[in-house]
Amino acid sequence: MAYNGGAVVAMTGKNCVAIACDKRLGVQAMTVSMEFKKTFQIAPKLFIGLPGLATDVQTLAEKFRFKANMYKLKEERELEPRTFAHLVSSTLYERRFSPWYVEPVIAGLDKENRPFIASADLIGCLDFAEDFSVSGTTSNQLFGMCESLWEPDLEPEELFETISQALMNAVDRDCLSGWGAEVIVITPDKVITRTLKSRQD
Amino acid sequence: MTSRLPQTKGGFNFDNYVRNAALEGRGLAVPKATKTGTTIVGLIYKDGIVLGADTRATSGPIVADKNCEKIHYLAPNMYCCGAGTAADTEMTTSLISSQLELHRLSTGRQARVDTAMTLLKQMLFKHQGHIGAALVLGGVDIKGPHLYTIAPHGSTDKLPYVTMGSGSLAAMSVFESRYKPGLSREEGIELVKDAIEAGIFNDLGSGSNVDVTVITSERVETLRNYARPNERGIKEASYKYPPGTTKVLKTSIRDLMDISETVKVATTEAMDIS
Repeated sequence: MAYNGGAVVAMTGKNCVAIACDKRLGVQAMTVSMEFKKTFQIAPKLFIGLPGLATDVQTLAEKFRFKANMYKLKEERELEPRTFAHLVSSTLYERRFSPWYVEPVIAGLDKENRPFIASADLIGCLDFAEDFSVSGTTSNQLFGMCESLWEPDLEPEELFETISQALMNAVDRDCLSGWGAEVIVITPDKVITRTLKSRQD
Repeated sequence: MTSRLPQTKGGFNFDNYVRNAALEGRGLAVPKATKTGTTIVGLIYKDGIVLGADTRATSGPIVADKNCEKIHYLAPNMYCCGAGTAADTEMTTSLISSQLELHRLSTGRQARVDTAMTLLKQMLFKHQGHIGAALVLGGVDIKGPHLYTIAPHGSTDKLPYVTMGSGSLAAMSVFESRYKPGLSREEGIELVKDAIEAGIFNDLGSGSNVDVTVITSERVETLRNYARPNERGIKEASYKYPPGTTKVLKTSIRDLMDISETVKVATTEAMDIS
């Protein structure tokens, strides 16, 4: 996990969810890219954040895209966040003894537009959260930030400020993450993607 | 429809093993899996079984989940508490749960607790302790109430009161001093609650709330968060940032539309077929 660095956080709000990631790709202490996003769209209102070993991030992003597309073709309906979480879980647990080095975070709205967030460890143990999910090399700092900043029933704009500040302030205490950030806020009728102005050190 | 896609064969995949060993050999730290430090207990009372668990999941010294569920469903008459590697307890119990349901369907009978115990121990023994699941299995079947512990290597115990997990010593001290055969329902639940609370307060790997499940021959009662001895206080202040605090470089908005199709059934006069 600490080879490439990275941070992902998801939060619930009132009829909305947000997922945010940093944009750094490094090889240990050397920064290689500042445009390495770690969140991927799975369905119109469903995203997955994949911090971890970059090679596995990209392999799994493609794997999940493939599996989600196959689900949609076979079932002729949208993939629900909870269903997708279990798909992620079994995909990771299949490699219980030779895992992918990723810790996914899932955020989305279900078909009734209820917020859903979850995270998994590298072997697919799901953790359904009501408030926030954090992952990556910055997870300790993010736990601290979220635990103090998050409150229930945040409106989309408030949620954006809260998750952005939680991420950017956490990332400042992690050498391996930062160098830009991207925040996605999912509401019942809109998906808003924002690139943040952040410290570049 | 037959799929032309490669189907997974089932069982574990070891494709990343050599790579991961090489990365580890070059000094890359292996990410930590979520563990449940855990206090889990069970006892037999007058009419059946009481199972109990705390609700803390940890990742090293960090509390990963403050209110997770450790009492897993196995069959309508059986539940199973899990301690150890969280993914292992979760996946093992759900796999055995599926096997028990198929067994029930093929035999047309309610599954027995020792069937579940045997399936679990054979699964764990087969993997020689690498599946880190320590379980407390409880249920009521045609032969009455049964309570087992199953260790990660596949050994089992059948006892009237059991504890497992890092808080097992704290919980067992409560059981050893107060358990007696033929407890009433209320006494049983209270003893289980106190045993779990002993774990919550004296073991660092256990914490938060007490979950209780009561199984009798007639029904199952799931008492999620039966006791909440660690309620969080209300925040003194709100830490909302004023809108516009965060500087944004680029925004893109995707509007989502609900696409629905309405089919209008045309009602016309019947065709003249005279």
